[in-house]
Amino acid sequence: MKAVPSAAAEEMDGLLRVKNLRINFNSNGRTVEAVRGVSFTMGREKLAIVGESGSGKSLTARSFLKLVQPIATVTAERLEFRNIDILRQTEKEMRRIRGSRITMVMQDPRYSLNPVIKVGDQVAGAARLHQRISRGEARKKAMQMLNSVHIRDPERVYELYPHEVSGGMGQRVMLAIMLITDPEILIADEATSALDVTVQLQVLSILDEQVRMRGMGLLFISHDLNLVQRFCERIIVMRRGEIVETVAAADLRKSTHPYTRGLLESAPRIGGPRTDLPVLNRAEG
Amino acid sequence: MMTPAPPSHRSHAYWLLDPDPKSELQARLGSLYRQWLILRRNPLAAMGLTVLGLLVALAILAPLIAGYSPIEQDFTARLAPPSVHHFFGTDEFGRDIFSRVIYGTRITLVIVLVVVAIAGPLGLIVGCAAGYFGGLIDTVMMRITDIFLAFPRLVLALALVTALGPGIINAVLAIALTGWPPYARVARSEALVIRNTDYIKAARLSGCSHARIVLGHILPICLTSTIVRVALDMSGIILIAAGLGFLGLGAQPPSPEWGAMVASGRQFAFQQWWVSAMPGLAIFVVSLGFNLLGDGLRDALDPRRR
Repeated sequence: MKAVPSAAAEEMDGLLRVKNLRINFNSNGRTVEAVRGVSFTMGREKLAIVGESGSGKSLTARSFLKLVQPIATVTAERLEFRNIDILRQTEKEMRRIRGSRITMVMQDPRYSLNPVIKVGDQVAGAARLHQRISRGEARKKAMQMLNSVHIRDPERVYELYPHEVSGGMGQRVMLAIMLITDPEILIADEATSALDVTVQLQVLSILDEQVRMRGMGLLFISHDLNLVQRFCERIIVMRRGEIVETVAAADLRKSTHPYTRGLLESAPRIGGPRTDLPVLNRAEG
Repeated sequence: MMTPAPPSHRSHAYWLLDPDPKSELQARLGSLYRQWLILRRNPLAAMGLTVLGLLVALAILAPLIAGYSPIEQDFTARLAPPSVHHFFGTDEFGRDIFSRVIYGTRITLVIVLVVVAIAGPLGLIVGCAAGYFGGLIDTVMMRITDIFLAFPRLVLALALVTALGPGIINAVLAIALTGWPPYARVARSEALVIRNTDYIKAARLSGCSHARIVLGHILPICLTSTIVRVALDMSGIILIAAGLGFLGLGAQPPSPEWGAMVASGRQFAFQQWWVSAMPGLAIFVVSLGFNLLGDGLRDALDPRRR
């Protein structure tokens, strides 16, 4: 296992710096604090955010793209991507970052691909959206990209519609769409949760290969602790909009924080005792 | 593809209906052929298609079929009854009604096509934008749509033409401007569903602008239901065009517009019935044809009705 970079080294290499990020939802005069003072720095690494449903992990990631619902207000002392102050960017400036420098893969490929456009054209379209290239060049680039996410017959797959590809292949196409612009950060929001276990491993190995080859940062959002421990380098555990702790993946099992321990113990293990699983103690504090 | 020839005497149908198509072209043609079979199984729809085919053929071949000029007057043959020389008789200026009806197909077809070409895209864009953006934009656009829908279509078209001045171009404009609201409604209801799907979120995530999402992602999906709606509306367009012509607000004399021809024959309706009846019959047959075809198209295109 690699050594965890020191805080000083992170500061130097920081792709993304977040300090005291707060996201509030205001509706009907009530204010709900969904993210409460999240701070971390992310470099060219595989960083995981884990937490229960509603812990604010997806919302945190979406705020980096400035794509939260209009009723939410985002404030932060600092929200910087490579010295770009995200909160100060206009919508037009954000469009040049979204899908080009920071991209995001969503959970289920069956719903995240447009059903009436050929998958190859969707890959080529992503390239044409951000780069000045001709239709033919985009097509060639899309073919290469499909090839590099281990689709064996890109010429055939290019012409397929989303309903004609399997879940695993769909997610690989999604990866191709999000990687064709050479992003610096890829956010994977539960990107493998909708796939079955064997396909999950395939997609993860492709993801790993691409991240290492391109030297980009990966923000991996998940609730699968075992998977995250094997796949990522550093893990942020979130709860109720706050960061509970940040640990190196190798040290996750050694964590002494009661919440992290609770999460670990509530997951079943093969060969473990067949008694009732412990339930998280959700009491305040 | 060198597959062994299927043991069928109708090999083209066999190839088209192959459940395991070898190429995308074959699959597409097969799907079209299946839709055609559904259309053909419905005799009324086939009749509608025949009428429409005949209409197009007549419009293109008008000078060959007509035999007389549609506007040249011949006062020696005023109000002649239907005969071998004048199949549909002649009108008060001695013009051959058969020739005028034939040339009138051109006007009718052009009106229908131009109205559809204006009202279809307009309704589609308004509906998709309203459904996608929601909120204030949706409210404003849909209330405007409601205002248009609150008036009977012919009355609104009448008011518009009166304001713009009579003439065929203004009539077409008026019909198009009163025709888009139903399409906007149809498109909006579909866009409302599509806006919340993950692939629209994914499009936003990959940096698409709102305009690109509406035109490139939402509009193509709303297209099918709008096409069916437009097909069902075509006979209505013909009737309104004829209605405007009848009231003297559409095509101006001497152009052989069917509605105007019916109007000119009013004064002789009891003695020389053919002056009004023949163009009236044409309007009836053509709008019935469009209606039957629209019903057939709906059955063939809409998978829910199979």
